Amino acid sequence: MALLDIDHLRVSFRTEGGTVQAVDDVSFSLEPGEILGIVGESGSGKSVTAMTIMGLTRSPNASFAGRITLTGPDGATTDLLAASNHQLESIRGARVAMIFQDPMTALNPVHRVGDQIAEQIRAHEPVGKRAATARAVDLLRRVGIPRPDERARSFPHEFSGGMRQRVMIAMTLSCSPQVLIADEPTTALDVTIQAQILAEIEDLRAETGVGVLLITHDLGVIAEVADRVAVMYAGRVVEQGDLRTMFTDPLHPYTWGLLGSVPRIDKDRPGRLPTIPGAPPSLQNTPKGCHFAPRCPHRFERCGEVPPLEAADATAPGHLDRCWLALDTKRKVRIVNGTIGLPAASPAGADTAGVR
Amino acid sequence: MIRFVVRRAASALGVLVAVSILTFLIFAAIPNGNPALRLAGRTASPQDIAAVTKAYGFNKPIYVQYAKTMQQVFTGQIQSYTQHVTVMSQIKRGLPATVSLAIGATVLWLVVAIILGLAAALRAGSATDTSITVLGFAGISAPSFVVGAILLYLFAFKTHLFPNGGYVGITSGVGTWFHHMVLPWISLAVLYIGIYSQVLRSTVVETLSEDFVRTARAKGLSRRRILTGHVLRTSLIPLVSLWGLDFAGVVGGGAILVETVFNLHGVGQYVQQSVSALDVPPILVTVLFGAIFVVLLSALVDVIYAALDPRIRLAA
Amino acid sequence: MAIETSHPPLLAPIGGEEAAPAGIGPYRLALRRLRRNKTAIAFGALFLIVVILCLLAPVYANDIAHTGPNTNHITEVIKVGGKSRDVVSPDGIPTGPTWGSKFFFGADPSGRDVAVRLLYGGRNSLEIGILATIITIVLATAAGVVAGYFRGWADGLISRTLDLIWAYPAVLLGVALGVNLALGGISVGPLHIKGNSNWIPALVIGVVYVPYIARPIRGQVLGLREREYIDAARTLGAGHLRIMASEILPNLSSTLVVFVALQMAQSIVLEASLSFLGAGVQPPNPSWGTMISEGVSLITAAPHLVLVPGIMLIVAVLSVNVFGEGLRAALDPRATIRANRT
Repeated sequence: MALLDIDHLRVSFRTEGGTVQAVDDVSFSLEPGEILGIVGESGSGKSVTAMTIMGLTRSPNASFAGRITLTGPDGATTDLLAASNHQLESIRGARVAMIFQDPMTALNPVHRVGDQIAEQIRAHEPVGKRAATARAVDLLRRVGIPRPDERARSFPHEFSGGMRQRVMIAMTLSCSPQVLIADEPTTALDVTIQAQILAEIEDLRAETGVGVLLITHDLGVIAEVADRVAVMYAGRVVEQGDLRTMFTDPLHPYTWGLLGSVPRIDKDRPGRLPTIPGAPPSLQNTPKGCHFAPRCPHRFERCGEVPPLEAADATAPGHLDRCWLALDTKRKVRIVNGTIGLPAASPAGADTAGVR
Repeated sequence: MIRFVVRRAASALGVLVAVSILTFLIFAAIPNGNPALRLAGRTASPQDIAAVTKAYGFNKPIYVQYAKTMQQVFTGQIQSYTQHVTVMSQIKRGLPATVSLAIGATVLWLVVAIILGLAAALRAGSATDTSITVLGFAGISAPSFVVGAILLYLFAFKTHLFPNGGYVGITSGVGTWFHHMVLPWISLAVLYIGIYSQVLRSTVVETLSEDFVRTARAKGLSRRRILTGHVLRTSLIPLVSLWGLDFAGVVGGGAILVETVFNLHGVGQYVQQSVSALDVPPILVTVLFGAIFVVLLSALVDVIYAALDPRIRLAA
Repeated sequence: MAIETSHPPLLAPIGGEEAAPAGIGPYRLALRRLRRNKTAIAFGALFLIVVILCLLAPVYANDIAHTGPNTNHITEVIKVGGKSRDVVSPDGIPTGPTWGSKFFFGADPSGRDVAVRLLYGGRNSLEIGILATIITIVLATAAGVVAGYFRGWADGLISRTLDLIWAYPAVLLGVALGVNLALGGISVGPLHIKGNSNWIPALVIGVVYVPYIARPIRGQVLGLREREYIDAARTLGAGHLRIMASEILPNLSSTLVVFVALQMAQSIVLEASLSFLGAGVQPPNPSWGTMISEGVSLITAAPHLVLVPGIMLIVAVLSVNVFGEGLRAALDPRATIRANRT
């Protein structure tokens, strides 16, 4: 059993404008000591997935289906979707911890950072205030904050963005969690600080064996630290595999579009940076069948049905994708101008040639 | 922090001096109200009036009059025009009633408004929320003296549950004192319950969507701990500055209306009686003290505010 | 539950954001939202009814009650349901409501018709409320715009003056000014305002509330003057007055509309409070506040003297407040409630 197993997760929210299907049949699993990158643009459902694991999306207007199974060190399993609020409280912060995107707003401005860390320790372990504060100082030292005993008494606004994110990391580490969810941990930071924070997360993984779910829209971040990657689009995982395969042998047209729109210094740029034409669908009114079909230049009749997430290449069972195109066709049509990408317009008739 | 306190105190002092000058001018520039006429009594001869004018210095330049008036105010010698007693002695007599009224009412309005505001925010959009909002608007729209009069009619005359106004000192028994103060407290608190519950509701709703509340949930804190330690702690900060001004306003004069309705013989009612008698010195002194209290309390609130919100300290 | 609101879009913003229909100005949009707010509309209509009733006071007095607001009937006897009743009993207790054409809401201790005085008093209360609101808004806008636009010493002077007014409890300053001005009126050059004119309480109330409006306006102007279109206007050679009038003021208009409604409620309450204390409308002229003040000592024997004007006052203030809140929500759906105070 994997450390964390997401099984056919569906999350929808009732809003004034109708029901929003934010997460639509998402499955993946995370092993101890592994960094799984989840990549997708705004509205792809990656953050909702992460928050749902933490139980942070629970509200009267939300409904859930599927299973989120967390396996403890003793082999006991808990379904986080079915867990009571009280059960969740004891798991959050202790066994599953989360780092948020914006360290400027994620810390409470009126409490000292040391107290904010100590508060979490005391929420889960029967330790005194002084002992908890001492541990908070140790944690700050461990994530590389200079003069930690002094800084523990500072308020969040007295830290820089990168230092604040280190504080957040120290906080999430405080109860030695099994799973660390990092939701866009570097998006709000300067590029040089980004690298430091990513290095910090990698070190921790190596040191503690924590499983990391790294959520980002930045393929560069993924390329830097992830072991495996899941690409999400409009509430679904469209492709999943290990890092190398995803970059060298991507099998879903959306992934091609993503890779094609990344500026590369090792290749000549073909004029303007290519983009994927169109916009993601509204989650209140998603297209039937493949969600990417309306923007896909390779679409054909079959795309009106929902493609399953399965391995296209029998020799690579860990590499899954959701596309009806045949494997050979994919490998042929993904090359645009000598590199992986999506053509601007549909090459008429080319697609129906080979179907999975 | 110390520099902040010093600077705040200095600016408060400046406002105080200006307040005293303006207050004096409001009354010195009084048209048609030669105080000598009033002081000399009904049957005064022109010589008497001239004598009074001279004795009180009404013929002196205005800045001399200002200095003399302020000296009299702060040495406690200033006298009422109509009753020959010092204003200070009357204010001292009225103070216990006014302070009882203000403190009791402020405790009442804070407690009730926090409960209502929190309840409305946590059930935002529900029937509870709507009814609390309606109540809040009714409270904001009902002038305290009308509420007081209606309460008197209902609970003192119709049902005799509470005494028909009047103030009984706390020394004559806490129970009696309390019994006499309940209706005045409610009358005064209604407006502020309306305002504070609505303000708190909107700040709590805003705070609940803050990232740091999500962080607190992610830390695995209990619901109660999140509400008290994170949501309420942050949401109450804006109420502090609101409270400083309102409490000072109540002590410094806002209680006039309620004191008059309930015949509490407090400082406010003293002002009201002086207004009807066109007796200027008591009004001058209470307006001055009211303003001083507002200035001092708002300076104090700024300091408390800075202590509560570490971000302010940086800005100051 | 907001979904991924703070993430920068990678390729394109996700659909679903409700776009404003093209070609509809902000006011049309606000009006549309306001029209959907049934509560606000109902209370707005209620206030309109109160205003119309008060405007019709002379019609009611002449054609239905056949008496004036200050006419005494202390020694007269009226017939109610066939029985005779003293307008004011020998021990000084006035009759309660007759629910008939004469003394519909009863009489006061001087034998005056409470219903007639209620409507005439309402005229005074509303007139003062409206005048005071206009004075506050005009002065506060001028002060706020000048202070925020020019900054520097102008801002210092205006802000300190506002601080000074702010330092007084509103009721107390109102009483001090009201009493003094009511004694002798005001003379400014050839203009003389009599002590019993409605302009005196209107001026007093108007001035007392200036800081409460001028401060937020100043803050908004400070923000507005940094906008690009102000720079653009300046580059085009527009003068200060031109920029303030055609670039800044229009941007304040929605704030001002909201303030007008809420300030009206505040002014009516302060008028009633000052009149209650004898520093507002001067007897024998009626206003809701003076009527309550005259009735409060007789609350046991003749509760209608307080209840009738008291309830009318609450109805008027509540209707303006609720309508004003609806207006605020329609113009600025995201702003938080403004704290109003007395």
